[in-house]
Amino acid sequence: MSTAAVAFKKDAVRLSADLRHRALIQGALSKYELKRDEKQALFQDWQGARQLAAETKWEAVNHLDTYLDQFVRGLEARGTKVHWASTAQQARDIMVGICREKSARSIVKSKAMTAEEIHLNEALEHAGFDVVESDLGEFIVQLREEAPYHIVFPAMHLTRGEIKDVFERKLHDAPSDSPEELTMVARRVLRQKYVQADVGITGANFAVAETGMVSVTENEGNARLTAALPKTMITLLGIEKIVPRLEDLALFLPMLATVGAGQLISGYNTMYGGPRQPGEADGPEEFHVVLLDNNRTAILADAEQRDSLHCIRCGACLNVCPIYRNVGGHTYGTTYPGPIGSVITPNLRGLQEWKHLSYSSSLCGACTEACPVKIDLAHHLLQNRRNASRQKPSFLQRMAFKLFAPLATKPWLWSLLVTKGGRFGQIFHGLVKGTRLDPAYVWTKTRDLPPIARQSFKEWWKERK
Amino acid sequence: MTVTLFIPCFVDLLYPQVGIAMVKILEKLGHKVECPDSPACCGQPAFNTGYWDESRDVAVKLLEQLKDAEVVVIASGSCGAMMKVFYPDLFAGTPHHALARQVSGRCFEFSQFLVDQLGVTDLGAQFPHRVTFHDGCHSLREMRIHAAPRRLMQRVQGLELIEMKQTVCCGFGGTFSAKFPMISTAMGEVKCGLALDTSAEYVVSCDSSCLMHIQGLIDRQKKPLKTIHLAEILAQS
Repeated sequence: MSTAAVAFKKDAVRLSADLRHRALIQGALSKYELKRDEKQALFQDWQGARQLAAETKWEAVNHLDTYLDQFVRGLEARGTKVHWASTAQQARDIMVGICREKSARSIVKSKAMTAEEIHLNEALEHAGFDVVESDLGEFIVQLREEAPYHIVFPAMHLTRGEIKDVFERKLHDAPSDSPEELTMVARRVLRQKYVQADVGITGANFAVAETGMVSVTENEGNARLTAALPKTMITLLGIEKIVPRLEDLALFLPMLATVGAGQLISGYNTMYGGPRQPGEADGPEEFHVVLLDNNRTAILADAEQRDSLHCIRCGACLNVCPIYRNVGGHTYGTTYPGPIGSVITPNLRGLQEWKHLSYSSSLCGACTEACPVKIDLAHHLLQNRRNASRQKPSFLQRMAFKLFAPLATKPWLWSLLVTKGGRFGQIFHGLVKGTRLDPAYVWTKTRDLPPIARQSFKEWWKERK
Repeated sequence: MTVTLFIPCFVDLLYPQVGIAMVKILEKLGHKVECPDSPACCGQPAFNTGYWDESRDVAVKLLEQLKDAEVVVIASGSCGAMMKVFYPDLFAGTPHHALARQVSGRCFEFSQFLVDQLGVTDLGAQFPHRVTFHDGCHSLREMRIHAAPRRLMQRVQGLELIEMKQTVCCGFGGTFSAKFPMISTAMGEVKCGLALDTSAEYVVSCDSSCLMHIQGLIDRQKKPLKTIHLAEILAQS
């Protein structure tokens, strides 16, 4: 097992038995489901909308070269500096380089999973910059020095008491555990940071090829302040964020709000096309866009799983996933947890190292059903499993399945070894049941097993004939 | 017509009464039932674990058995999904692809076959109990079965169906339940909780494998619930 797999199993065992955690997450996500269903019902035809979204992203992803080129030309025409980063390291170097060139000291960031993916904060802090997250949830997990728990709700695993505690510890200001009062504390701290910051870094939800603009969705106005106040703005985004036309946002913005947070539309949706233009009253003096590959082109080359680049990072698949709901976001040990993470992480970061995520699924398909852009998530998990065992089969498992074939295809062997052998074995099973000596321990530790019937179906059928 | 009934391994060994009920119902409706003696399995465990070559070693035997079948009825939504949905993928690029696609078109899960193919909903059954229904995920999302079992239950005298608040996996997932037993157990506990909330006496399903998982937890944790396959209810009169 890879080290990532060992860590996953350990945390999964702990959290799936943690009833407090279970109640917290199941409760929060059940409320989300109600809101989501309400908003989904407002679409004239939700399934039609999904189909259109899938086709739009298909078009974008399958013509990525053309659309990226168009996107970049539009941005550059308005004086934006566009950077291409093949790897996470390149992206970090580019961004650290820009901050150094601007002699920046303080950096304010709005929420960006792509920045988590390349571990940008560590790189910036390591280079001596002061970085602060401006999204409230991200701000809280940054104070706690932990990764976001969820790609949309970074601090959903915390109670108000826990948030009060960390405010007390780190900010020495926590009048009560009321969400309103705590938000006011965060706001006071953050307002100061916006004013001081030399560079503002944002992510992007969509990249509109037609107009050469990035579209940023948020609910707190923090991304707007991050973009508007510092002199230099940097936007980091994956190359798959492309949508072909501006009008595509008429579908994607309400769709993202609906499945992402059960909202009609997110609080703030802003388009950025370049630095401050002559005659404009505000906006950054310099605008940099960093386009990140980081193995996305490897997925692009795989026709079978190319649709996983459709992902709009809405979190809908996490929210409905019974695995996610039981083990929680941190257990995955990845930037992108839940079904989408279990599909793309093995392909982005190494199949053998991360294949356990593709195996840790009951293949229930709730994710596929929830995905607004119709990524074939559950089936991609199966394909990852196939690819992983083809590349590096486990000797024991392969032997087991090889031996199973004659057993399952020869009736006399089945009858002798499985039906009769099973009945015989059962006589002694009681002695070891549920203990470590039990060959079925993984099952019987927590669950009972039914006995083999006195007369199996096949025996009944034979007798009857 | 002649119905070829495929009985998966766990029904054969652990729940023969489910297969027997199906035979009786199909015969009562005037059909001839055939059960292939072999293979005992559809090949899903190897397939789901990623060992597609080994899965084909078993699956190809089943395909050959079913080559001339008029219709194939599968006594499990999950094995049904394997044969109907996944065989064409499994055999893609092999000499058996065309056969896999043909057989796939003739495969039906039991309740789906009764309602959608035979147009039967009333079997004259009685079951004076409060029940809730568990949609096996493969039945629901791969086979697209939702209405059929409910229409059958509607016509069972005395049966009162109370739906669970959420449609969620029972946590079985085949080899998943052994590879990640604690996650699987937690999922099963959530499922049992939802079922208990309905105050039903029975959890009914078209998937004995899900019921095995749910019952396994019920027995271990001594919950006031029972499980029963829909076919067993339909055979009661």
